[in-house]
Amino acid sequence: MKNERPPYLRLFLSTFQLSACTFGGGFVIIPLMRRKFVEKFHWLEEDEMMDLTAIAQSSPGAIAVNASILVGYRVAGIPGALVTVLGTILPPLIIISVISFFYAAFRDNAVVDLAMKGMLAGVAAVIADVTVTLAQGVAKTRRLLPLVILAAAFIAVQFFGVSVIPILLAAGAAGAADAYLRSRKGKEGDR
Amino acid sequence: MIYLELLWSFMQIGLFSIGGGYAAMPLIQHQVVDLHPWLTMGQFADIMAIAEMTPGPIAINAATFVGIRVAGIPGAVIATAGCVLPSCVIVLLLAWVYYRFRGLDAVQGVLAGIRPAVVAMIASAGLGLLCLALYGQRVLPADLTALDWVAAGIFLAGFLVLRLAKPNPIWVMAGAGAAGLVLYSIL
Repeated sequence: MKNERPPYLRLFLSTFQLSACTFGGGFVIIPLMRRKFVEKFHWLEEDEMMDLTAIAQSSPGAIAVNASILVGYRVAGIPGALVTVLGTILPPLIIISVISFFYAAFRDNAVVDLAMKGMLAGVAAVIADVTVTLAQGVAKTRRLLPLVILAAAFIAVQFFGVSVIPILLAAGAAGAADAYLRSRKGKEGDR
Repeated sequence: MIYLELLWSFMQIGLFSIGGGYAAMPLIQHQVVDLHPWLTMGQFADIMAIAEMTPGPIAINAATFVGIRVAGIPGAVIATAGCVLPSCVIVLLLAWVYYRFRGLDAVQGVLAGIRPAVVAMIASAGLGLLCLALYGQRVLPADLTALDWVAAGIFLAGFLVLRLAKPNPIWVMAGAGAAGLVLYSIL
């Protein structure tokens, strides 16, 4: 990997394509990126993708842009991040520039409206699918704490409207405490 | 100088919107409707509707739209650049910290705790989208049976195809759009 030329073109084309397809909010890009960068190109590990999602989500700005910056940086450093940012912002820049000239017609177009209604259900299916896959990964750890964190975080977001940062802080603290207790237990076992 | 004003306004939007597009909406409104005479409230509602119908982050869509109306294509480019500039700096710093320290045991513990919470947030975002598709609102309604059956059918079909055949999700989204167009037209 070291001596090879960084895959700038592939980074650009991937993020351009992904960005052109992220309807329905920033989270949609996570399953699409996971598919491409974890499963197809093997640029990222599954856990790493989760970590990058957490960083992307708790940083200011759009999740899709932040996630792209992280992937670009991981694969090809700061130049890679610049390439992926460009790939991510160009599709909306081009599409909105074009639409802005006849936006009233676009907004009131019945065909676009019906296709969007169908696409929304499709996007929900994509997110549901990745949620099941990721939840299976959490269940496979065969430990109680990750499942408790998953359930508690879901309830906090869904029913109490708690925002991202406190949830990630609490989950991180629980994880750190757990790792500390387990390492102490391990040391006592050695004696 | 209009370019500097655009840059500065959208840098603030980029810097203070944490947690996705819907959190950014009031910030965008404040900057482009209240603070500057760039859009009327009606135009703002229009661009929010268009942002929902087009790909890409809401803030970027708004930046492009406002930039073009105020100062043409250069305005769009500058507003968009302003929007992503804070992200670039902050996210790159965090990325550097992450890759530098993620091997440490303590950091491993924190990350292991955070990962399930990320899954929960993705699940919650997915549920919000599903509610929007089935009921036209982001929260579950009181009457669960009053749902859009076409959307429910598309959702179920899409989910099953993804679980069983594992195609590229992009095809499922495109297929769902086509199915929506055909089914809603017929029914």
